[in-house]
Amino acid sequence: MSMPITNSLARPAVPAIRRVPWTLLIFLLLAPLAWIGSRYSIFLVTEITIDALFAISLNLLLGTTGLVSFGHVAYFGVGAYVCGILMKTYGVSFAIAFPAAGLGAALAALVFGYFCVRLTKIYFAMLTLAFSQIIWAICFKWNAVTGGDQGIADVPFPDMQWMDSIPGISGLSANARFYLLALTLVAVAIAVIGMITRSPFGRMLTAIRDNRERAAFIGLNVRAYELAVFVVAGGFAGLSGALYGIFTRGVFPDYVFWPKSAEVMIMAILGGMGFFWGPAVGALVLVWLNQEITNYTEYWPFVLGTMLLVLLFALPGGVLGGLAGLYGTLRRRMGRRDA
Amino acid sequence: MLEIQGLRKTFAGFVAVNDVSLTIEARQIVAVIGPNGAGKSTFFNLITGHLRPDTGRVVLDGHDVTGLPPHRICRLGMGRSFQLTNIFPRLTVLQNVQAGLLAHRGRGRDFWSRSETMFRDDAEALLQSIGLAAVADVIAGTLAYGNQKQLELGIALASDPRVLLLDEPTAGMSAGETHETISLLQRIAEERGLTLLFTEHDMAVVFRIAQKIAVLYQGRKLAEGPPAEVRVNPEVRRVYLGEHA
Ligand SMILES: Nc1ncnc2c1ncn2[C@@H]1O[C@H](COP(=O)(O)OP(=O)(O)OP(=O)(O)O)[C@@H](O)[C@H]1O
Ligand SMILES: [Mg+2]
Repeated sequence: MSMPITNSLARPAVPAIRRVPWTLLIFLLLAPLAWIGSRYSIFLVTEITIDALFAISLNLLLGTTGLVSFGHVAYFGVGAYVCGILMKTYGVSFAIAFPAAGLGAALAALVFGYFCVRLTKIYFAMLTLAFSQIIWAICFKWNAVTGGDQGIADVPFPDMQWMDSIPGISGLSANARFYLLALTLVAVAIAVIGMITRSPFGRMLTAIRDNRERAAFIGLNVRAYELAVFVVAGGFAGLSGALYGIFTRGVFPDYVFWPKSAEVMIMAILGGMGFFWGPAVGALVLVWLNQEITNYTEYWPFVLGTMLLVLLFALPGGVLGGLAGLYGTLRRRMGRRDA
Repeated sequence: MLEIQGLRKTFAGFVAVNDVSLTIEARQIVAVIGPNGAGKSTFFNLITGHLRPDTGRVVLDGHDVTGLPPHRICRLGMGRSFQLTNIFPRLTVLQNVQAGLLAHRGRGRDFWSRSETMFRDDAEALLQSIGLAAVADVIAGTLAYGNQKQLELGIALASDPRVLLLDEPTAGMSAGETHETISLLQRIAEERGLTLLFTEHDMAVVFRIAQKIAVLYQGRKLAEGPPAEVRVNPEVRRVYLGEHA
């Protein structure tokens, strides 16, 4: 190893595209909507923002670690119920209920994940689904606490009076304020997930995704890592659930039901689970398509399903995968012209 | 250094490894040979914790490591490569060895630092020493087969092992690549003071670098000794070398 290192200076240590503070940029781009957006567009973008956090949290498992969870909605739901129950039933402030939702969901993920990571592949997926159905059944039946099939209606908005002290906000409606609050919290959460993804821990997760056997033989306790990321992903799903319950002014058993697991998985795959922002793009496309098609036809589930099939087949790497491919092709064409 | 005592493994009644013992001294280069299905890979998997032996013990530097999970055995200083190449195909070549360095140096539980530039110099130095520096930023899964085998060696070396187990390190390589890889192995073993245990079908390779050879046949150890001795062992000639001669 006395040979000279020839090429370490020729390359930048971190490629330029990865040094862009994307989260901040997107936040700054979206925030003005609170002032200039219509009621409808604010409503839509709030939903996309919250779903984006949910989908990105799932992708910690799916795209980063290669763990297929069919039950991610369980932790979204636990977060929604914890926050909803605390705020509605016990009058707890949002400042406490919101982190409690994340912690509650992480705790549930710790308990269930302990068993799930003992299995692999489809067995892992099935067990995550089974646990999420257990949570659903509890929410559906435990009338005294969860409101049973009626759920918890009229979850109050957080107290947003304090926002008046921020210049420019005093004139905003409650919906616009909540949008700003949700956007800020989601941006911070996504920034934290991004840090985790780029950390040494995140690198270990990608190693496990690529090759579990080899990962064990670089000295990793694979199950412990899988459990750790399961808990982290569950916690962030819980935060998104908490926001969603407030956004829709209620928490219902549907928020823990398996179709929502399928929906968030479609978001991740549709946007491109090989990309950090893929699931967010997927959330954007799915929510938007859903709204547009509902406006035009009552057969929207059918139309939506068909469109999704076409998209998934046409873009196997998701929307971002397709764009990256296009970019690569263009660059090669340009290169050839230059040469 | 590595003491293997009476290892035995059966698969549904079929005895794949039958009471095999082997003692390996520090810095020794030992080859395990035998025809297809002799039990070589199974023997390795028993040593590295991928399979649990029915009976027998594996003692590494005085520690009984029998039945420990692979990651624990790896952390005790054993490295390995697999018969079917086993790398991280979607990571870059550099990230492959960097992952090994991060894991070995106990940084895997670091949630907040930026991994991209960590141990980069060490990773590049390691790639340089295995001859892959020029392809550091290539996605590992797209490398040619021979280079993937080299990379796997690099990943194993990243954990700074004292004992290295290599299951057919030159399988599927051209004559030239084989020659290169063996020279590389010899040099690295020398530089790092490694103890080397490997399986190999290429007899030229075996007799070129092994200081001791163990012959497996139908799960049993047929012979063990210095190459010159094994080469003339009549039983070995009959069941194994004879087929190739
Ligand atoms: N997991 C398993 N289950 C059942 N049988 C197995 C298993 N692994 C190996 N065997 C059998 O054990 C025997 C030894 O296999 P092993 O892979 O150890 O041989 P080998 O010496 O490495 O052969 P090769 O030179 O082809 O790599 C073979 O007959 C194989 O079919
Ligand atoms: Mg084998």
